[in-house]
Amino acid sequence: MKNIPISALIGLFFTGLYLLMALLAPLIAPYGMAEVVGDVWEPSSSEYLLGTDNIGRDLLSRMIYGGRTTIFIAIVATILSFVTGSVLGFLAAVLGGWADQALSRFVDLVMSIPSLIFALVVLSVMPVTVPVLILVMGLLDATRVFRLARAVAVDITVMDYVEAARLRGEKLIWIIFREILPNALSPLVAEMGLRFIFMVLFVSTLSFLGLGVQPPQADWGGIVKENKEGIVYGIPAALIPAFAIATLAISVNLVADWILNRTTSLKGGRG
Amino acid sequence: MTDPLVKVRGLKIGATVYPPGEKPHPIEIVHGVDFDLAPGQVLGLIGESGAGKSTIGLATMAYGRGGVELTGGEVWVNGRDILQSDIRDVRRLRGGEVTYVSQSAAASFNPAKKIMEQVTEAAIFHNKFTRSEAEARAVELFRKLGLPDPENIGNRYPHQVSGGQLQRCMTALALCPEPDLVVFDEPTTALDVTTQIDVLAAIKEAIRDTGVAALYITHDLAVVAQVSDHIMVLRHGDMVEYGDTDQIINTPQEDYTKALVSVRSIDHKEKQPTDDPVLSVRNITARYKGTKFDVLHDVTVDLYPGQTLAVVGESGSGKSTLARVITGLLPPRDGQIEFAGRILSPDLAGRSRDDLRELQMIYQMADVAMNPRQTVGTIIGRPLEFYFGLRGAEKRKRIAELLEAIEMGDGFIDRYPAELSGGQKQRVCIARSLAAKPKLIICDEVTSALDPLVADGILKLLLDLQKIEDVAYLFITHDLATVRAIADSISVMYQGKVQRYGSKTEVLSPPFDDYTDLLLSSVPEMKLGWLEEVIAHRKMESAGN
Repeated sequence: MKNIPISALIGLFFTGLYLLMALLAPLIAPYGMAEVVGDVWEPSSSEYLLGTDNIGRDLLSRMIYGGRTTIFIAIVATILSFVTGSVLGFLAAVLGGWADQALSRFVDLVMSIPSLIFALVVLSVMPVTVPVLILVMGLLDATRVFRLARAVAVDITVMDYVEAARLRGEKLIWIIFREILPNALSPLVAEMGLRFIFMVLFVSTLSFLGLGVQPPQADWGGIVKENKEGIVYGIPAALIPAFAIATLAISVNLVADWILNRTTSLKGGRG
Repeated sequence: MTDPLVKVRGLKIGATVYPPGEKPHPIEIVHGVDFDLAPGQVLGLIGESGAGKSTIGLATMAYGRGGVELTGGEVWVNGRDILQSDIRDVRRLRGGEVTYVSQSAAASFNPAKKIMEQVTEAAIFHNKFTRSEAEARAVELFRKLGLPDPENIGNRYPHQVSGGQLQRCMTALALCPEPDLVVFDEPTTALDVTTQIDVLAAIKEAIRDTGVAALYITHDLAVVAQVSDHIMVLRHGDMVEYGDTDQIINTPQEDYTKALVSVRSIDHKEKQPTDDPVLSVRNITARYKGTKFDVLHDVTVDLYPGQTLAVVGESGSGKSTLARVITGLLPPRDGQIEFAGRILSPDLAGRSRDDLRELQMIYQMADVAMNPRQTVGTIIGRPLEFYFGLRGAEKRKRIAELLEAIEMGDGFIDRYPAELSGGQKQRVCIARSLAAKPKLIICDEVTSALDPLVADGILKLLLDLQKIEDVAYLFITHDLATVRAIADSISVMYQGKVQRYGSKTEVLSPPFDDYTDLLLSSVPEMKLGWLEEVIAHRKMESAGN
């Protein structure tokens, strides 16, 4: 851990900062999340650091609470998509044959429908609550993870040590979690960083379209939606969440790149 | 004596290593090597892996592969020090004055271009010949190297000729621009033994006819003895011994050279078959899924408790397939396998835990036979836990015993496979299979990826363990020297059939069938003039051609 490149350090710093703000939101936010404290679209001042929003709520507080919601949903959905995606992907690779065919073709089918449209359709008939949102996002994204996990695991299952485990009579659980998973972990972890960012973008998009996090609950996509009319009058309120999304995306990517580099260098193989 | 073509003085070569968990640091891999090579002479460079022999060979082209740097000394080729020359001059040298033949022709040819185009490329690039002259010369070389249909073989793509033929095409490629020096880097190592001898004879003849000088790099002393005038023995980047081929083979001075010459001196007394075989393979016929071709036809062999059955054959003879059938990875189409008095289920899923435990396997490539994320303790401990339910201190004690048995000691228990040498990895694999207390271990080419001296140690260990544990080995190999060292009975496989089967003495004594004769006579012997003798007495074309 001694020689972390500067880019990764910057990434770690900002990622850490966002995570801390999300965790400590009630402590650091100057006002309540849905509290109307001033006039509509007040400019930034010592009282309201980022100004106020379309109905006079403090924008900084909304941003902090919104970050909390956005990051929480993205993390849980990413975990869900990784657990489902990689377990099914490993299973397909290990079982092979018709089980692999069935799973892979089903995943192809789901992937052939644009995920945003799929999500909009599902969410328009289901009650839009946070658990439903997470479930829909996580399962849709699991198809991408499935493809990666299967591709990585197919390479590993042909190794002699997996064959040796099979000849020993090991059960599927051992082969997947003890032989394959440790060797597939580094590409998966790196992918996880990227997937997390896609999740942030996904939930923001859904909220912007009105099918994500429901008001008065704040989230970054929702804040853009609420304040988008302000852009016409030169009010920057809608740009601030966009900026937050961009910086979070870049910093998480920097960290993911570093992990990928560190674990898949040519010198040590997958070591 | 005329001026040497190549003069190497104090050649030092370095590289940067990247050990896990440490800072990268430079190391020296060749520590000052000197030699001369006169025009038309052949110098053999011999040593184990890591001896620096390929690196020295490439240094005569002023080239360092994969981050290797030429750090000191002089390399004179045709009267100039190429380490001091500018890049344009070096470019003229590479592929023009000095050419290179690599170990794997299959990986070195561009699969998308025809052979002729690639063989003539260097000669045309260096303006040695026009295209038509180069092609005429290539055809002549093809003929000289004994390739079939020399006029038209150049119009084929690399995948349309056999491995032995491709290696000869590569020799033609190297000789086409009329170089002064050819570097042969293990040109026959990847070939089957019966193919190797043809390629070797072709190379030797081509060297003699064209009067080119050559550096011949190999780890096989018997091979190099056939082609070279002088031999240099290398170890860990230092010269051990340098002399005439005759002197090195017949009167080696250094201990290390003596060990190389006398390798495979294991004395093994053949055991007689007892009453009940531990494994009996009966009339097995098998093919891979989705193919219409039987890889094994009606194979029947027996193996007795505590003995070794060697299954010998070339690549494609079906010997590894036989192992897959016995282990249950490939259910046979016909026939059955009796093991320890019971009929084994044809597929893995139908076998009991005891069936699995008593039948273990050791693989050729120890690196990929062990999970790189598990420690030696986990690798050896898992069968103990899995089959015998050992845990905690009891398990650790047994692991230590096993590590002791493979002559490594319990200091290795927390190491990862990447921290072990090739021979140690293979020993850990042996310990893993022994942990199951098996009745039979299938050894699939277990020594072929190892250096001769290390391989010798592994074979001795296997024989010792056989005495103690009374385990039977089914030993799959293409190396007849190994077979002589350890087998009690032998089964010679050829094109999926058992060609010859019996006790070691029976199989290895005349009268031979044609194939066994070819196979036996193709094993390089460590004596001068062996190659010519064998070629003169052959009855059968080698299978790989």
